[in-house]
Amino acid sequence: MNIAIRSLLEVQETSLLVARAARRLFRRPTYLTETISQMDLIGVGSLPIILLTGFFTGGVLTLQTYPTLKYYGAQDQTGYLVALSLVRELGPVLSALMVTGRVGSAISAELGSMVVSQQIDAMRALGTDPVRKLVAPRLIALLVTLPLLTVAADVIGIIGGGTVATMLYGMSYSTFMSSVRYGITFDDIIGGVIKPLVFGLIIGSIACNKGLNTEGGTVGVGRATTSAVVTASIVVIVADFFLAKALQVILDMPN
Amino acid sequence: MSSTNLEITGVAATEEAFTEQDQVSEAAADSTFAEVDDHERIVPAIEFRDVHLSFDERKVLDGLSFKVLRGEAKIILGGSGCGKSTAIKLVLGLLKPDSGRIFVNGEDITDYSEAEMMRVRKQFGMVFQEGALFDSLSVYDNVAYRLHEQGVPENEVEEEVRRMLRFVNLEDAIDKMPIELSGGMRRRVGIARALVGGPEIVMFDEPTAGLDPPTARTICELAIKLRDLEDVSSMFVTHEMNNVHYLSSEYAAVNEEGQVIFEKEGERLCLTNTKVMMMREGRVIFSGTDEQLQKSDDQYIQRFLRGH
Repeated sequence: MNIAIRSLLEVQETSLLVARAARRLFRRPTYLTETISQMDLIGVGSLPIILLTGFFTGGVLTLQTYPTLKYYGAQDQTGYLVALSLVRELGPVLSALMVTGRVGSAISAELGSMVVSQQIDAMRALGTDPVRKLVAPRLIALLVTLPLLTVAADVIGIIGGGTVATMLYGMSYSTFMSSVRYGITFDDIIGGVIKPLVFGLIIGSIACNKGLNTEGGTVGVGRATTSAVVTASIVVIVADFFLAKALQVILDMPN
Repeated sequence: MSSTNLEITGVAATEEAFTEQDQVSEAAADSTFAEVDDHERIVPAIEFRDVHLSFDERKVLDGLSFKVLRGEAKIILGGSGCGKSTAIKLVLGLLKPDSGRIFVNGEDITDYSEAEMMRVRKQFGMVFQEGALFDSLSVYDNVAYRLHEQGVPENEVEEEVRRMLRFVNLEDAIDKMPIELSGGMRRRVGIARALVGGPEIVMFDEPTAGLDPPTARTICELAIKLRDLEDVSSMFVTHEMNNVHYLSSEYAAVNEEGQVIFEKEGERLCLTNTKVMMMREGRVIFSGTDEQLQKSDDQYIQRFLRGH
C-alpha cells in the first residue's frame, strides 16, 4: 500500500472515530466523572509548562523585535507586535505543540497499552463501548481545556514580553500595555480561540486513533506514541496555515 | 442430528448422576430438572457454520464449524496460532468473519452492529489470557465494573463483588490494585469479573497458561464448578493436556455439609458434560470425548498428546 492511500485511510479512520464519539456523546451512560478527571489531567496538569513556555516566548519576542523596531523608531509598538504574534499565532500553536507532546503522547501510550494487554477487548466484552468511555471524554477535555490554556499562554506571554521590555530596554510598563490594548482587536481574540478548538480536535483524534490501532506488543506502543506525536504536530502546523488564511477571509482581516 | 442425540444422552447421563447424588443442593437439582425438559436446550449455546477469516493474506479460520451445547464445557485444543483465540473473539463480536454464520442461543449475530452486540455480550463472561484487568482500577472496581456501568446501587454491588471474590477464594485481595497481585490471582480476579451478573456462557482463553500446577488446578476446578453447579456453557481454550484431564474426568457436587467437593468420573457412574475439539490451521480436525481423542490414530493428535 503506498503512502498516499495509507494516509487517506488514516484520515478516514480518524474522522470516523470522531464521528462515532460525537454520536455517542448524548446517549447514556455519560461519563461525566471521567471527563472531569481528564480535564484535570490535561488542563490543570499542562498549566505549569504552558505558563513557563508562554512567559519565555513573550520575553524572547520582545528581545528580538525591540532592536529592529527601535531602528525604525517604532519601539513604542513593541507591545502591539508581541501581543499580535502571541494571540494570533504563537499562543495557539505553541500551546498545541506542548499539549501534543505532553498529552497526545500520554493518550496514545495509555490506549495502546490497554490494547496490547487486551483491556480494550475486555471492556468491549463487558459491554462498554471504548469510544464512549475512553475517546469521548478525552476529546471533550481537550476541546475545553486547550482554548483555556492558550488564553493563559497569551496572557503570560504578554506579561513576559512586558517584563523584558521594562527590565532590559527600560520601556515603561504602561507604554507597553497601551500598545497591546491598542493593537489587539476582538477578531484577533476570536481567531485565537477558534484555532485551539481545531487543534484540540486534531490532537485528541490522532492520539486516540493511533493508540486504539496499536499492534505488535510493547514495541507497538512505542511506535504508536511516536507516530501520534509526529503526526499531530505536523497536522497542527499545516492546519494552522490554512486556518489562518480561512480566518482572514471569514473575519475579514487585512490580508 | 447426531450431535443433538449426543447432547440428549449427555444431559440424561448428568441427570442420572444428580439423581444418585441425594445430597446435591436443592437449587442445583431444581435447575437441572427444570431445564432438561426445556425444548430450548436443544438449541446450541454457540454455533459456528463454515466460518472463514483472513488477516491480510494469512488465513486464520478456514471453514470452522462447531457447536457448544447448553451446559456443556467445550475444550478447544490446538497449537499456537491455530485460530483458537480468534474463534472466541468472533463469538463476542470483537472480530467479524469474512464469511460464514455465527449463532448465539439460536440468534444469528454475524451481521450485528456494535450496539446490538453490546446486548448479546451481556450473556457472556470472558476470561482473558493474562486476566486483562484494568490497571487503573482496584480489584473491587474491576469485579464491580459491569455493575457500576449498569448503575446498580453500591450496597448490592458490594454484596455481589464479595460473593464472586469468595467464589474464586480471593476476598482478602478486595482493596488491592492489579499490579500487587500474582499471575494466578490476576487470572482468578479475571474469572470473578467475568462471572458477575450470572452469564450463561463463559469463555476461557488459555486461563492456565504460565501458572504453577496447583493454581492451574484451582482454575480448572472453578470451570468444573461452573459447569456442574451453575449450569453454565463454556468454551475453554487451552493447549495444556492436564486441563483436559481435569475437566473431562472430574465433576463437582455439594456434600452433606454444603461444601463443594470434586469427585472422579467413574466413582459414581458419571459422564462429565465436557467435549473436546481440536483445531489445526483454522479447521476442526477432531471433535468428541477425551477417550476418543486418546484413541485417535491421527499422527498430529498423537504427537500433540505425547509431546513428541
